[in-house]
Parts: sequence; structure tokens; C-alpha cells
Amino acid sequence: MAHQSDLIAEDILAYLKSQEEKSLLRFITCGSVDDGKSTLIGRLLWDSKMIFEDQLAALESDSKKVGTQGEKIDYALLMDGLQAEREQGITIDVAYRFFSTDKRKFIVADTPGHEQYTRNMVTGASTADVAVILIDARKGILTQSRRHSYLVSLVGIRNVVLAINKMDLVDYSAARFAEIRQEYAAFAAGLGFASITAIPISALEGDNVLERSPRTDWYDGPTLMEFLETVEIAAAAADLPFRLPVQWVNRPNLDFRGFAGTITAGTIRPGDEVVVPASGQRSRVKRIVTFDGDLPEAAAGQAVTLTLEDEIDISRGDLLVEATARPACADQFAAHLVWMQDEPLLLNRDYLLKIGATTVPVQISELQHKINVNTLEEEAGKTLSLNEIGVCLLSASKAITFDPYRQNRCGGAFILIDRFSNATVAAGMIDSARRRRTRHWSEVEVDQKRRAGLKGQRARVLWFTGGAGVEKSTVAKLVEKKLYSLARHTQLLDDSTCDSEHVVKLAGVLVDAGLITLVALDDPQAILLQEARVHFSPNELVAIEVSITTDFTALAEEIVTKLCSGGLFDAEELLGSGI
Amino acid sequence: MTMTHLRQLEAESIHIMREVAAEFANPVMLYSVGKDSAVMLHLARKAFFPGVAPFPLMHIDTTWKFREMIAFRDRMAAQSGFDLIIHTNHEAVEQGVNPFTHGSALYTDVMKTEGLKQALNKYKFDAAFGGARRDEEKSRAKERIFSFRSSSHRWDPKSQRPELWNLYNARVRPGESIRAFPLSNWTELDIWQYIYLEQIPIVPLYYAAVRPVVERDGMLIMVDDDRLELRPGEKIEMKSVRFRTLGCYPLTAAVESTAATLPEIIQEMLLTRTSERQGRLIDHDSAGSMEKKKQEGYF
Repeated sequence: MAHQSDLIAEDILAYLKSQEEKSLLRFITCGSVDDGKSTLIGRLLWDSKMIFEDQLAALESDSKKVGTQGEKIDYALLMDGLQAEREQGITIDVAYRFFSTDKRKFIVADTPGHEQYTRNMVTGASTADVAVILIDARKGILTQSRRHSYLVSLVGIRNVVLAINKMDLVDYSAARFAEIRQEYAAFAAGLGFASITAIPISALEGDNVLERSPRTDWYDGPTLMEFLETVEIAAAAADLPFRLPVQWVNRPNLDFRGFAGTITAGTIRPGDEVVVPASGQRSRVKRIVTFDGDLPEAAAGQAVTLTLEDEIDISRGDLLVEATARPACADQFAAHLVWMQDEPLLLNRDYLLKIGATTVPVQISELQHKINVNTLEEEAGKTLSLNEIGVCLLSASKAITFDPYRQNRCGGAFILIDRFSNATVAAGMIDSARRRRTRHWSEVEVDQKRRAGLKGQRARVLWFTGGAGVEKSTVAKLVEKKLYSLARHTQLLDDSTCDSEHVVKLAGVLVDAGLITLVALDDPQAILLQEARVHFSPNELVAIEVSITTDFTALAEEIVTKLCSGGLFDAEELLGSGI
Repeated sequence: MTMTHLRQLEAESIHIMREVAAEFANPVMLYSVGKDSAVMLHLARKAFFPGVAPFPLMHIDTTWKFREMIAFRDRMAAQSGFDLIIHTNHEAVEQGVNPFTHGSALYTDVMKTEGLKQALNKYKFDAAFGGARRDEEKSRAKERIFSFRSSSHRWDPKSQRPELWNLYNARVRPGESIRAFPLSNWTELDIWQYIYLEQIPIVPLYYAAVRPVVERDGMLIMVDDDRLELRPGEKIEMKSVRFRTLGCYPLTAAVESTAATLPEIIQEMLLTRTSERQGRLIDHDSAGSMEKKKQEGYF
């Protein structure tokens, strides 16, 4: 790795000083397997001398083994990280690559261009400031170019580069370049980009990547690297109203109570008034505390700890905001959702929504329409499948504070998590708050599933059987303790709380309340279990045999593990049908 | 005001650490004593200042670490106020597993990967910070910042959770865990520049000094104690060397160097063209070797 600067050899201290002022740019490259995307990034790393000698040796041997460029170096191999992908000859996930010049450090998200990988592109774009959209000069604007551009605009990237690649294969034709550029400008007019910079390049030959190409003397714009080194990164976040999601309440001792988090928008100084929108409580900033000393001012992007003048109740998930410019606070809102997993969206099922440092149960009450990423047309639909995008109405179990995503990316971005599999199932971008429709919850019948759903669990009856004298209640109490430690809601019925005559009925009430109900009678007559089997569905009732030789601790452990992983029950029932 | 790249990386790492501390019941920070761990420890102090970080440090000691690393480790833990857990795979030690007779692959698997799994199971940690960076190795480029591990500590590169914005999914079932990598987006150069800028203490082995070494399989191995048996034809030479990466001394190659200060180290690194994992023998065993190791639970 050799930076060009002669300073390194001559005056390393001066060089280090100059490096302290470097900025950071994150960008994404979008294109299909054939557009030469991996080759372009390989070239950027290569030309900025970020490939080490041993990596080069490995690259040379890999190029011969699995390369597609004959005897030449296959730059694409630098990018394709995982072995399995290499064998398939495609990149199947998001890979992050790094290089730096004397002006900037760059983080590149490399993502695949296939239709089925919308998920990965959105993921890579979510942290990017700039998008480089690759076009094959021979093919021009394709359906996938439109798709990539739409996704980039959806995720809020404002500056795009149209890298018209493989110019060597169209004889560096100025006319062809102009034609593609105009076609793209017409198409992208509705996407809200602040700038579109078209650059004629050849990733394979290196034209206009770092060095200005003599073969495109008709082109007087920047090279790709010149553009990336100089593009203005939106400092706009610092000009927005102040927002700080509290991640961590720092209480090392009774005299210090600090609210730690990363400022997502705006600027703050000691003395500024702040509000917690959820509670309406106000105070003023006393200190901006950091390890390196108190700061007179802090802005978007900085991770700080604030102390306030007044003792007000603030915990993780609360938002500290500017008093005069408050965010929306609502439990009903519209959002764009990108569905990210195989199991499709289920309306009215509970998911977890994570926004900032807050996680709340949420339901998708309505799919307003889907968006066809190829035509950008709205389409009717009942659900979203993997890689589909839709506009939805969401209804949270409590109000959340947010800014529309278009105004503030950090303030309106969220993920949805499946409550049972814990998978990240969707990415969301809030459009606007919806007035609460009083109709909405009255349409909902409050039943066992909803009560249990509120507790984040499935209601069950755990029925402990075994001869009289076997300590079933000891096992049951162990199970209850373990469940309690996992924040599950339970109730134990044993001889001290309930007589056998009423036990089935009482268990029924408790299960309907959404509780995991443990029944451990000293003498559990078989007839009672039969009665229970009639009363409860097979999914609700789990009979557990305890004998004198049972290892109580191991059994309790097994029950809890299975209960939490869904193993005691039909997995499909547990995972699939929704609460 | 634009934040410099190092300040942005620093803020991102602090954000990740606070998120792990808030979301997990029982996190731990894997402390390997190397330069990346030094940066991670420094950032943890920043993230929770004026309090102390709500997690201990843990070192998987293979018993073959450089002696200077062990001394440095104990000194840093004491100075920073962190609790330090030290775990060794004692069964393997008793069975005589060592880097010479068992080969680097098996040795690493048993002493490091197995040792780590033992410790994670023993203390029931649900999250473990690691100092790995995406620029280190190709398979790491696709690693998530919150990387999910099954209850048998396996990594499945094909079913990773999508990771968007700075919103990390911290949900795990009992027995499952997350490896959190706060330095994901740092490069080797960033690490060195940051150590220089923040004056972070590092193990003296990173600085060049005259040390006893033997040349073995084209690499310079330091003779750190009398357990290193010389092969026929090998002789101990005194050379001015330093280490670009630190691990078990018989598996860590030194480079000849006279760079005795941080600026000289950075200068040398910028002017040389060999990447740092070159000095680690485990990466060369087979193509995709790191990817395989990671699937099995290696950090």
C-alpha cells in the first residue's frame, strides 16, 4: 500500500498531520453481474494502491484458477468475498471495501444487481451518501438501471454518478455517451436527485477512473475519483432541528446522571432548551460530557453524553429534541416497507419495530399498495414477499416519536423484527403520521392471542403429571423461575392456590389472559388431564411427565428451551400463523 | 463543520458499544492484547465515561502468547479498571496440544476456537465484542457489525440478518449470541493513525528492537522462551525486528525493521506492500480458510 504523497518518505510527521483532516465518504455501486461493477471497485483499490503484495499474489493465482479474464488479472475476484459465491461466479451479499486517497477515506458497499437481491441493495444504500450506477454503454438504460435508481432514491441518496462503463467497446463514442445521459436524465427527473453526474469510463482499461483518458478528449467533466474526492457530503444533518435518541443512561454515582447517544440531527450547546416529546418534560443542557473534556458545542454524527439542569425522568429510547421544533409523535403512521425475508408479510400480526433506541410491538394494519420496482407503478396487493416494496399503514402499541424519512434519514428509519424467529424481516421509512382512526382498535377483537401478543409470548398450559408424591410443583416452580428471568408472564396453579375441581376452568381463564399457566397438582387424576385435553386445543396444552428419577433441573431447562424455541409445539403453528 | 474520518469512525464504534451494553444482559469484550484490542478498550472507556463500561474483558490465553503480551494485558486491565477474565483450554493443555506437533490449523482450532466456545458457554455471555475489521481478509468484508451465532457458536454466511442504517437487531434466544464488531469499518491505517493521535499504549513488541529470532519456513519466529525447539540447521540470531500483528509467538512472524516510534511504524507500513495477516500462519492453510474458521466459531 503506497500512498502517492512524497511526504510519507520525507516528512512523516507532516504527512500524519495532513491525514488528520481527511473526511469520509460512503458510497454504493449498483449494477448487474455483467456491468463490470466488481471490476470497477477492484480497479479503484488497485489504482489507489490499496492492494497489498500478498493479496496481489493470491489474486494472480485465483485469477488463473477461477478468473474470467484469461491471463489478465480478474479484479472482480478482489470483491467476491465468500468461497461459495466465487464458485457461482456472483456476489450474493453486501460486501464493504475500503480505500483512501490523500483527501478522503472511502467505504464502498458492493451489492448485487439481480432482481432477487433488492434486499441487499437497500441494505448497502442505507448507509451510503452517494450512489454510482453502472451502465453498460452497449446496452444503455435497462430495466435494472431503473430499478437501481428507484431504490437509491427510495433510501434517500441525493447524489448519483452515472458511470457509463465499457466505453472501450463502443469506440469511446461521444454520441453514445450523450444519448444514454439524456435518456437517463429524462427517466430520473421524477426521482428527486440533487445531482446526476455522468462519466464515460472503462473499468477494465482504467479510462477516467483515476486518470483522465486521452481517448475521451470530448469529455471535460471530472474523473470518477475526482468526483468522489470532491463531492460535497451533506452537512445538512447539522442544520436540521436537534435530535438525540437516548441510548444509555450513564449513572456512575449519585451525583452524575448523563444521557448518552449519537446526535442524529442538529447542533446543541450548553444552555439550549430540550424536550422529551413523549412526556413533554423540558430542561436545559448543562454539560456536553466526553472523555476528552466537556464540549462547547456538538453536532449531528457525534456520540456524546448530555447532562441536564433538572432531574427529569428519561430512559433508553426517549428522544431529546429541540423545544421549538418537535418531531411527530404518533402510534399510527404510513411508511414504505422493503420486505427482506422469505416468509411474507402478515397483516395484523405483531412485529417488533426498532427505531433509534426504541423497540415497540407494531402491526401492519393495511397494505395500501405495492410498488413495481421495474415500472415504478403502484399495484394492488395483499401481502409483501421477499424483495417487494409497499406503502403500508402501521399501528404501534404505543406512540413513537419520529421525523419523516425524507426530512431526516435517521429520524424516520426503522427495522421490523419477527418476534419468534428474531429475523430482521423488513426495512421501513416513515412517510407521515396518520390520525388515529378510533375505528381501528374497535375492529380488533381482544382475545387470547392479542393478550399474549402484548406480553410477547404464546399462552400455554403446562400440565405436570406423575404419581402422587413426585415433586411436580418443584419442577413447575423451577420452570416458572426460569421463564420469569426471560421476562415471560406466568401463573402457577398447585394445591395451595386451587382445588382440583376447578383447575381446568381456572387454567382456561389464565390462558385466555395470555399467561403461560403451570398446573402441578399433588394428585393429578388422569380424568382431569382428559378433561383438560377436551377443554384446550392441542397447541395450548403440553403434558409433562415427571417421575421420581427425573433430574428436575435438567427437565426444567429442557422445557424452557423448547418453549422458547418453539420446539415443544408444531413449529409451523408457532411461527407461522401470527399472534 | 465536517467530522474527520477518524472522529466519524470513533463515534460509530461508541454507538455500537452503547447499543450492545443496553440491549444485552451479559456482554463481554474479547481482549486479544493486540493493537486493535487496545483501540477497542480505549473506545470502551470513551463510550461510558465518566462511568466504567458495564462488561468485563476476556482473554483466551493459549499459554503460547508472548510474555510481553501477558505483562501488558495485566497492566492495562489494572489501569483501566476493567474486570479481566482469563480462560485457557486446560484439557487441551493437559493433552499436550501445542503449535509444533499439532500444526497451526488444529492447534488454533483447539486452543483458540474451542477455548473461546468453552469460555462463552461457561459464563453464558450473550454478546461478545471482537476487534475484527472488514479490511483484514476477504470473508470479513461481508461480516455484519452484529453477527449472529447459533447456540453452537456457528456463523452462517448465507443467512445473515440484513443490517441497515445504524439499527442493530440484538434479539437472540437463550444460548444464541451476537458477536459485535465495533471496528468493522476501520482499516489498519486508521488504527495506527488513531493510536498515534490518541496516544494509546500498545505492546512494545510492535516497536522494533533487537530480539532473538530463528528463520523457519521463510518466516522470522521470535524465541520467546525455551519451549521453541530448534530444528536441524536453525540457529538463533539477534535481529532488529518488530511485529505487525500479535498472537502465539511460534505462529507469529516478525518483520525486520528499525521502526521504533509510531510515526516510523506508520511510515514503514505505508511504504511496504505486504498486508498484516501475512504474519499469521493460520490464514495460509487453504483458500477460504478464514471463512471456514469463522463458520466454526473462530473470531
